[in-house]
Amino acid sequence: MADVLTSGPAPAQEANRGSHRLRGALAATEIDLRLFGMLIALAGILLGFHIMSGGKLIQPANMVTLAVQASGVAIMATGMVLIIVSRNIDLSVGSIVGVVAMSYALLMTDWLPALGIGLDSPFQWLVALAAGLGIGALIGGFQGFLIAYVGIPSFIVTLGGLLSLRGSVWLLSSGAAVSGLQTEFRKIGGGVLGSIGETATWLVAGIACLAIIALIVYNRRQRQRFGFPLRPVWAEVLLGAVGCAAAIGLSAFANSNYLPPGLATQYALEHGITEPPGGLKVPLGFPWPILLVMGVTLAITFLATRRRFGRYVYAYGGNPDAAELAGINTRWTIMKTFMLMGVLCAIAAAIGSARLNGATLDVGQSDELYVIAAAVVGGTSFAGGIGTIPGAVLGAFVMQSLAYGLSFNGVNSPTQNVIAGIVLIIAVGLDTYNRRRGSAR
Amino acid sequence: MAPTEHVPLIEMRNIRVAFGGVHAVDDVSISLHPGEVVGLVGGNGAGKSTLIRTLSGAHRADSGEILIDGQPQVISNPRDAKAFNIECIYQTLALADNVDAPANVFLGREMTTGWGTLDDGAMEDATRKVMGRLNPKFTRFAAPVMSLSGGQRQAVAIARAVYFNARIMIMDEPTAALGPAETAQVRDLIRQLKNEGIGIFLISHDIHDVFDLSDRISVMYHGRLVGTVRKEDVTADDVLAMIILGKKPEEASRKELEELRG
Repeated sequence: MADVLTSGPAPAQEANRGSHRLRGALAATEIDLRLFGMLIALAGILLGFHIMSGGKLIQPANMVTLAVQASGVAIMATGMVLIIVSRNIDLSVGSIVGVVAMSYALLMTDWLPALGIGLDSPFQWLVALAAGLGIGALIGGFQGFLIAYVGIPSFIVTLGGLLSLRGSVWLLSSGAAVSGLQTEFRKIGGGVLGSIGETATWLVAGIACLAIIALIVYNRRQRQRFGFPLRPVWAEVLLGAVGCAAAIGLSAFANSNYLPPGLATQYALEHGITEPPGGLKVPLGFPWPILLVMGVTLAITFLATRRRFGRYVYAYGGNPDAAELAGINTRWTIMKTFMLMGVLCAIAAAIGSARLNGATLDVGQSDELYVIAAAVVGGTSFAGGIGTIPGAVLGAFVMQSLAYGLSFNGVNSPTQNVIAGIVLIIAVGLDTYNRRRGSAR
Repeated sequence: MAPTEHVPLIEMRNIRVAFGGVHAVDDVSISLHPGEVVGLVGGNGAGKSTLIRTLSGAHRADSGEILIDGQPQVISNPRDAKAFNIECIYQTLALADNVDAPANVFLGREMTTGWGTLDDGAMEDATRKVMGRLNPKFTRFAAPVMSLSGGQRQAVAIARAVYFNARIMIMDEPTAALGPAETAQVRDLIRQLKNEGIGIFLISHDIHDVFDLSDRISVMYHGRLVGTVRKEDVTADDVLAMIILGKKPEEASRKELEELRG
């Protein structure tokens, strides 16, 4: 007992070192083992399909496309984690995406021009974006109000939302697809048009490295301030090095995605560059949707772990009565999770409509299923109180990698769905089994 | 012991709570002085918990008034109660099982940095200090409280009350889920808190707990207050008779008392 007092759980592992050495080392870095496991699973899936495809899958262009395809679901999954953690569910996210995407399209082609803000106005896209985010927040907030203050179960409210909001998409546009968005807005969708280029990509990598180091130093200072046990220095250095290497590696990878040859020739002509033999190589760098995923993941993780709001969401999920008795304004907290979800849907809708250069009636259809699947594969528990934001984002990438890898290898889409469904059940089954074993120990 | 001539910390007067026609609490008045432990006993459904929940802000009373330091006050939610330094330790512990001890101690009253972010370091530090007084062997500050033992969880719940300078502490079955050693720990803790001048309402099924710790004992029966007695004036049997018969010892007939004793 006495040695436990001095240095925490480490000594217990001294007994059976060797076999548990790696585990001990991992524990010293305080890495989340589930997240680590998911990263390995993701790498495994990609590598498996890479080999199946005869070594053609893992290329910058494919990986960027995959990531952009997963971006909307990944962004919404971060919000879904908070909703499921606080013992609710949101089935309406796909329909909110539909309504907001249609709103963006109509705002830019119809409503704003009617107010004198035409497609030629440089800020039209910003006005449309702000309005769309507002619509998302409003829809989410209204549903949240019905759930938190009126007391209707979230399943029912958002099931109603799923139906009536999808119907509203049709009513908004009288059943027509709308296209022709402002060019600036279309950049949000990524692609050749919406990538930030080589220099900015390296800049992102640099900022990320600085932030990682600053965070590690700050945390260590905080622990020193109160004389708490510290991580070993080697673990800190290792974490920092791995983090920076990942940031630089991802940036280098994005920068090895070049402009397609035809467009490169055009680019050379426009910029007065004589094209070298073998074609001009113009690095595209990170597309906007991926930056949005990174930004949203950071922002929501910050909200979830460093702000009172997040603490209350998790505490409510763990024990609603305790949260209420502790004097937390639980209703407002729940309503806020739905408002946040609405805003995240609006961001996903911006990516979706920008990629389409408009909106059809079925934008976002069945997204709710993929978003919930991503959150759950990422370790969010329906019992409440458990789930992480980065886990859900990884979950979205795992599910999308599966779909992308299968279709890349020529598997038809019904079969893809069969496999995705089975994988979902197996993933959650394994997780439940692991947790039960973990708590039995 | 109880300085009855002073203004009580808390006085609850003529409290009534009804659930759809049934009077869970019917015209009950009790009081509590600084440094005093008042035991609140009664059978299941006697209305002890309901009465006390009107004080903690978890229920509204239908009528009656609550005086704090002699002033009439309104307590309409748990936040109001905390503002009067009334802290509760519930039978169900009311801990969020999935978060760690510091998060539970500060739940609803988190410390923040100048940036508005949670100051987990400062909260852990404060929790270590309070827990050092209550349970010096406790070291698992980063573990979710669901993985702690019953006594440790109780200590976390009490640490919350102690840290926020409770003047009035409500303990609802504080030893119900505990083993003998842990029960002894909690009893010591209650004596320590009493010596610090905190007033404590102790709700318990365990007549030994109550007799051991209380200065006065209030007995409830089917929502009514049977009576409040000073510990030195009665025996445990008298109190048992009050709990079971719903009458003061002098009111109960000899036959009833004999039947009770078998």
